[in-house]
Amino acid sequence: MKNFSNTYTVVFSSVMVFIVALLLAVAALKLKPFQDKNIEVEKKQNILASVNITSTPQNAVNLYEKYITDSYVLDAKGETIKDADAFTVDLKEELGKPASMRRLPLFVSTMDNGTHQYIVPLRGKGLWGPIWGYISFEKDLNTVYGVNFDHQGETPGLGAEIKEIWFQQPFKGKTIFEDSVKFVSIKVIKGGAAPGNKHEVDAISGGTITSKSLQAMLDTCLVPYQTYFLKNRK
Amino acid sequence: MSMFSSKNFKLFTSPFNLQNPITVQVLGICSALAVTVKLKPALVMGISVTVVTAFSNLIISYMREYIPPRIRIIVQLVIVAALVILVDQILRAFVYDVSKQLSVYVGLIITNCIIMGRLEAYAMANKPWPSFIDGLGNGFGYAMILAIIATVRELLGSGTLLGHKVIPESFYAGGYMNNGMMIMPPMALILVGLIIWFQRSRNKELIEK
Repeated sequence: MKNFSNTYTVVFSSVMVFIVALLLAVAALKLKPFQDKNIEVEKKQNILASVNITSTPQNAVNLYEKYITDSYVLDAKGETIKDADAFTVDLKEELGKPASMRRLPLFVSTMDNGTHQYIVPLRGKGLWGPIWGYISFEKDLNTVYGVNFDHQGETPGLGAEIKEIWFQQPFKGKTIFEDSVKFVSIKVIKGGAAPGNKHEVDAISGGTITSKSLQAMLDTCLVPYQTYFLKNRK
Repeated sequence: MSMFSSKNFKLFTSPFNLQNPITVQVLGICSALAVTVKLKPALVMGISVTVVTAFSNLIISYMREYIPPRIRIIVQLVIVAALVILVDQILRAFVYDVSKQLSVYVGLIITNCIIMGRLEAYAMANKPWPSFIDGLGNGFGYAMILAIIATVRELLGSGTLLGHKVIPESFYAGGYMNNGMMIMPPMALILVGLIIWFQRSRNKELIEK
């Protein structure tokens, strides 16, 4: 085996690291626009899914333009913040702030029959990683029109079921206000929701922690909207 | 030595059976358990690992005369890591849904023992072209096992193949159910065990005394 001097070793590693870093930086820059596009399309698909519109990555952008007709950013008092783009609000960052300081994105969709839905983005912590989703309300800002949940790494077959239709379907028609004034959110009940209860859905057997996290996520993310909802419902 | 000599051919095919990285050398088991619930991510993972082993073997083999032995493992790691990051970025840009399913496992290709194993055992001591072939062969050997396991798991666990329904609705109506066990990682380990058992019963030379 050849002997290499210390100087050679240092120069060799520096040059190698420099070349590798340069290559990776170029690759990352070139691929960034494609990656950002994918993330944007996925977000649009998720928003559409919460108002029960299924889309493919190909048609998502067009459908989004067609159905999502308006969006606002609200403050905790329920006032609209001017010149803010709801689509680019980073929920993770907002949730790190105290509730009164958060900026609250709200999307409005218009269906073919002219009805409007109000879509609230959600984000929380699951068992293994983040969970997120969108929940849409009818114009009374109380009745759930549709939901869409997703997760990063919940247990397949257990917590990961929050993504599935059977779990999301029962949310439709539930209400978040008791007697139209008291905020109660929607509870995910272990062992099954009481039949006919307007604020409860079934939890996932074996996915208790994820179910509980989902309930907490709904609560934390919807509470700040209360003022706006009570003021603007029809 | 010609580029497609019988020696090179043997180099390419031996990882398929007698030198299989997963079932004989028992390397790269962790990802074999993690990404084989569905066939599509398993295939993408197989291709990604093949690309990384082949090209890291090629690059390291070209550099082998110039790498100071004292830092050779670090040099290998830098090359492997750079290739893995490239693969990850490309997947994210062009097959976003698959890259989401594979999540951290693409990054973990870096720690796949097959790659470091081939670099140390082969590329550091052989010419670039045979090293490249060796990398390809081992990558395919790995991909093959992943594909077999993923086919069984997706078919029995979800009733689909590559996302298409394979098991007809009439089966479900007749009381057939998807096997939830197949989705869990232990089933992958049991399937690997079955493949090893089958392979050894066919090849007596693999059985230890």
